Amino acid sequence: MDTIGYQGLIGVSLAMSLWLISAGLTIIFGVLGVINFAHGSLFMVGAYMAYTFYGLLGFPFGLSVLLSLAVAAVLGLIMERGFLRHLYHLDHAYQLLLTFGFVLVLDDAVKIIWGGVFKIPPIPRFLDGAWPVFGRPFPVYNTFLIAIGILVGIGLWALFEKTWWGRVVRATASDREMANAIGVNVPWVFSTVFVVGAMLAALGGALGTPIRVAAPGIGAAMIIQAFIITVIGGLGSLKGAFTGSLIVGILSAYGTLFFPIFELFFSFVIMTVVLLVRPQGLFAHVN
Amino acid sequence: MTYLRHAHIMSGPLTAALVAALIVLPLLAGNYLTYLTIQILILSLFALGFNLLFGYTGLLSFGQAGFYAVGAYICAKILLVQPSLLLGVLGGTVAAAVVAVLLGALSVRHTRIYFSMLTLAFGMMIYSVAWKWRDVTGGDDGLVGIPRAPLKILGIASISLSTIEHYYYFVLVVVLLGVFFMYRLVNSPFGLSLQAIRDGETRAPFVGMSVTTHRLLAFTIAGLYAGLAGALLPPLENTVTPVMAHWTTSADPILATLLGGIYVFSGPIVGGALFIIIKDLIVRVTVHWSIVLGTVVIILVMGFRGGVAGIVAGMVARPRAAPAPAVASK
Repeated sequence: MDTIGYQGLIGVSLAMSLWLISAGLTIIFGVLGVINFAHGSLFMVGAYMAYTFYGLLGFPFGLSVLLSLAVAAVLGLIMERGFLRHLYHLDHAYQLLLTFGFVLVLDDAVKIIWGGVFKIPPIPRFLDGAWPVFGRPFPVYNTFLIAIGILVGIGLWALFEKTWWGRVVRATASDREMANAIGVNVPWVFSTVFVVGAMLAALGGALGTPIRVAAPGIGAAMIIQAFIITVIGGLGSLKGAFTGSLIVGILSAYGTLFFPIFELFFSFVIMTVVLLVRPQGLFAHVN
Repeated sequence: MTYLRHAHIMSGPLTAALVAALIVLPLLAGNYLTYLTIQILILSLFALGFNLLFGYTGLLSFGQAGFYAVGAYICAKILLVQPSLLLGVLGGTVAAAVVAVLLGALSVRHTRIYFSMLTLAFGMMIYSVAWKWRDVTGGDDGLVGIPRAPLKILGIASISLSTIEHYYYFVLVVVLLGVFFMYRLVNSPFGLSLQAIRDGETRAPFVGMSVTTHRLLAFTIAGLYAGLAGALLPPLENTVTPVMAHWTTSADPILATLLGGIYVFSGPIVGGALFIIIKDLIVRVTVHWSIVLGTVVIILVMGFRGGVAGIVAGMVARPRAAPAPAVASK
C-alpha cells in the first residue's frame, strides 16, 4: 500500500513538468488557434539553458531559471513575429509544417551546441535531500516541483481571471474580430500569449532537468506526451491540461514500476479510450 | 475559399521518355546510382500515398512512418521464415493497411488539427512498440540478416533477385504500378470527391458524401502505400531498425511532397528525387542533415508553397489548368 502511495506521489511530481508544457500548448491553441509543434523544443531549450547557466557557469539557481525563461521568450517572439504571423491567413497545415521545421532545426542546433550526449545539472543544495513519506525517503526536489506546479496553476488562474491582460486575452480568444473592433491590439495579444506559452514550456524544462535529463530527443518526447494530455483533457482547456497531466504522470509512474516495457503504451491506451468515449476530451473547450 | 485544380506537368511522351530512361539506367549507371534510384523510387511511392491524404484530402499526417515501419517489419518477419519476396511484400502491405484502418477510424473523425496531433502520437506509439518489444522486433538492434529472397511466381518460376540490378527492376515494376493506380485513383470520381471534401467540408455531406468514410478510405490507401514502400526496403538493406517508425522518418515524405509540389500529381515524385539527391550531397559534408531539412521546410512554407513542380506547372500552365495556387482552402 505504501508503495502505491509513494509511487503515486512520484507520479504527481512527474506530472508537474508535463502540466507546465501542456498549459503553454493549450493556451496558445486557445487564443491563436495554432498548434505549436516546436513547443517541446522550447521545453528542451529551457532545459539546456538551465543546465548551461546553473550547471556550467555556476549562476545562482533562481537566476539561471529566469535567464532560461528569457531565452525562450526571445525565441518565442522570433517564431511568432518573424514567421508564424505571416501564415495565420493560411490553412492550419502550413502553421503545423512551419513549427515542424522549427523542431528539426532546434533539435539539430542543440546537438551542434551541446553534443549528442545527455546532460544532468546538479540539484541545487537547498533543495537536495529527502524526507520520509510513506516510510520512504521522498526527494525534496520533487516536493518543490509539486509546489511550483500548483503555484503556476493558481498564478495562471489569477492572470486570466483577475488581470486586465487576462480579460483582453479571453476576449480575443472568444471573438477575434469583435476584440479588434473595440480597440484590442490583437497582434500584440497574440505575441504576448505566444511568449507566455514559450516561457511556461521553458520553465517546465528548466525545473524538470535535475530529475529528467537534458538530451537532444526530449523535445519530441515531451511534445508527444503534451499532445496525449491535451487530447485527454480537451484542447484549449487549462483544467483539462492539469487533469490530463496528472493522469499521464501518475500512470507512467506506476507503469515504470509494474510494467516497465509498456510504460509509454499506457498513455496511448488511455488516449484511445478517451477518443472512443469522449472524443472532445474530458474538459471540452467550447468556442 | 479557393477552388483548386491539380495541375499536370507530365505529358504522355515525357512520361514515356522517363520510364525508358529508368529502364536503361542500371545498364549505364554503377551500383551506387542504381541503389540511390531505388531509394528515390521507394520514397516517391511513400510520398505519393502521403499526398493523397495531404494534397488531395487536406489531412496532414505526421505519422506515416508508423505504417512504413509496419510494412517493413512484417515483410522482414515473413522473409526470415519464408524466403518468398512476393509473400513478404504483400504481407507487409496488407498489415500496414489493416493498422491504418484501425488507427484511421480513431483519427479521421476529428478536426484537421487534432488529426495531425493524433497521427503523430499513433506513429510514435508504433515506434515505441518497435523499440521496446525486443522479443519480436529485436528492440533497438532491429532485425538483421533479412534475405533478398527470390521472386517465386505461383510455384512455376523462381527468379533470383540477388544482384542489385535485378532487385531494381522488381522495385521499378512495383512503383510504376503504384503510380499508375494512384493516377487512376485521383482522377476517378472517388479522387474528385476527396478534393470536394477538402475544399468544402461542410458542403460535401449535402450532396450525399460521407466525409468520414472518404477520409478513412484515403487514410487506408495512404497507409497501404506507406506499407508497400516500407516493405520494399528490408530486401534492399537486409535490415530494419526502429528509426523507420520515428517521427523524423515521417518528415521524409512530407518534405519530398513540399519540395516537389502539393497540388501537382507528380509533385511527390519530383520531390522524392530532389530529396534523395540533396540528402546524398549534404550527408557527404555534415552529419547535421536535419538542420538543413528543417531550414528547407521553413523556407518552402514561408515562400514557396507550390514546390518545384508547382513553379514548373505555373510556367507551362495552359488556360485549362490553373497554376498551383499558394493558398489552400480555409
